[in-house]
Amino acid sequence: MRTSKVMSLEEAIRKSGLKDGMTISFHHHFRGGDKVVNLVVGKLAEMGFKNLHLAASSLSDVHAPLIDHIKNGVITKISTSGLRGELANEISHGLMAEPVVFRSHGGRGSAIASGELHIDVAFLGASSCDELGNASGCPRSENAKSICGSLGYALPDARYADHVVVITDDLVAYPNVPKSISACDVESVVVVDSVGDSSKISSGAIRDSKNPRDILLAQQAAKVIINSGYFKDGFSIQTGTGGASLAAVKFIRESMIEKGIKASFALGGITAHMVKLHEEGLIGRLIDVQSFDKVAAESIARDQMHQEVSSVEYASADHAGSAVHALDIVILSALEVDVNFNVNVLVGSDGIIRGAIGGHPDTAEDSALSIIVCPLLRGRIPCVVPKVTTLITPGKGVDVVVTEYGIAVNPARPEIAERLKEAGLKVVDIHDLAAKASSIIGTPDALPFGDKVVGIVMDRHGKVLDKIYNIVD
Amino acid sequence: MEMKNASAGTLESGDIMVQIAPREEAGLHIELTSSVAAQFGNQIKKVITETLEGLGIDKADVKAVDKGALDCTIRARVTAAAVRATGKDVWK
Repeated sequence: MRTSKVMSLEEAIRKSGLKDGMTISFHHHFRGGDKVVNLVVGKLAEMGFKNLHLAASSLSDVHAPLIDHIKNGVITKISTSGLRGELANEISHGLMAEPVVFRSHGGRGSAIASGELHIDVAFLGASSCDELGNASGCPRSENAKSICGSLGYALPDARYADHVVVITDDLVAYPNVPKSISACDVESVVVVDSVGDSSKISSGAIRDSKNPRDILLAQQAAKVIINSGYFKDGFSIQTGTGGASLAAVKFIRESMIEKGIKASFALGGITAHMVKLHEEGLIGRLIDVQSFDKVAAESIARDQMHQEVSSVEYASADHAGSAVHALDIVILSALEVDVNFNVNVLVGSDGIIRGAIGGHPDTAEDSALSIIVCPLLRGRIPCVVPKVTTLITPGKGVDVVVTEYGIAVNPARPEIAERLKEAGLKVVDIHDLAAKASSIIGTPDALPFGDKVVGIVMDRHGKVLDKIYNIVD
Repeated sequence: MEMKNASAGTLESGDIMVQIAPREEAGLHIELTSSVAAQFGNQIKKVITETLEGLGIDKADVKAVDKGALDCTIRARVTAAAVRATGKDVWK
């Protein structure tokens, strides 16, 4: 007998058996447009829940209302990949008694799969769902209100959480296939006015740059790739969300056409740029853990060769079959990189949390060639420094750093340095880059850190990598 | 030195807006707002002070809003504001 799982949010919460002190989870596929976290936590506060652990795949500016729920004791612990905006600022100043636990996307997938991060109730937003719980990030009816494409970060939650509530803004007729989340994993379905503003998916970190410096950096990064020894037919590639790394795709495309080289797959957060290359026949498959814009979300909805993967399949260190192990080249950005090639993408040089780990350490460690693209300075803030404020990606996984003042190659990869020099690129010692930055800006005063730990950075293997201390004004 | 209100610079990233006003009491009074105050506040005040003193100004109210300007930019903006405030062209 077919029994509808559709009920109100309050009924779904009661049915889940959620108790004070338990762990709830969310995905961040709507990025800056997410409405599910605030809606659900608001309802949990109204129902009197306390002491909950919020385990989101990431959090952004839009989640500032959590500040009140933290002050009122509804949320007392947070696990996430990133924090931005006012919530990040307050937490950096010591808002929470317990430190926030930061994991990479692959690290979070592994922690959920191994049981280290146990989820009691997952609240997963979806752009379409049927009454039994088959859910997708793709629209399936004329009444569709949202689109987020891949639900890759929600898939471990759906599979491993004790109880799964799908929240949708378009209840469609059974069967809602192809599905991302299976009805077999879902206990309840809640219909709301809106799960997210799709127009805000490409907000936050992603920008399409017309900045001449970004374009120069992108050209240099493309030259590094082309001359690295890894640019050959059948190669695979991932790009981050920085302006320069997106612009680099344009230059790589030109070289692929010129040399008749095709890529086997592009991985990770998929953008319109990658969809274009795929549709031109330059990239065979798109392996998509997160659709970074509407074009990517629409592509995954219609194209069989554009496949969704879970964060475990994407970047888990525990699974030999995860896609990062087959990745040749990754272009990443950085807030800071130090003379030992360590990278920080989470904490600003003012000591305030203002970013996300994302798949940075996962892809840097497992790819054959990882390239960090960053300017030497952002205003008066140095990007190449003697020591990173917070360690996110250990230098042993970082091969090349591209700046507008030259390209530094990790001494562990002398063969790459040789190839780049032969191609006429300006290869420099990373210590010289740090010295150049310091000669322009002077020596910064030490940051006013307090002695309270506000964040713990886990590495992708489940060990503590670094601690973030509070900032005192 | 005879002085009137004057300013130079913008609020763009990488720039500094410097306003100079006459001051009754002796000394330079600098009010600084900076996006990099924690790391470079002292250095920025030092550059402003040295630039003004180099121009022979030892009595002024200075209001500066900094958006991560480099020292060379700070010196240029402070000098321009000082020239406008005193009418004394230092570039000739």
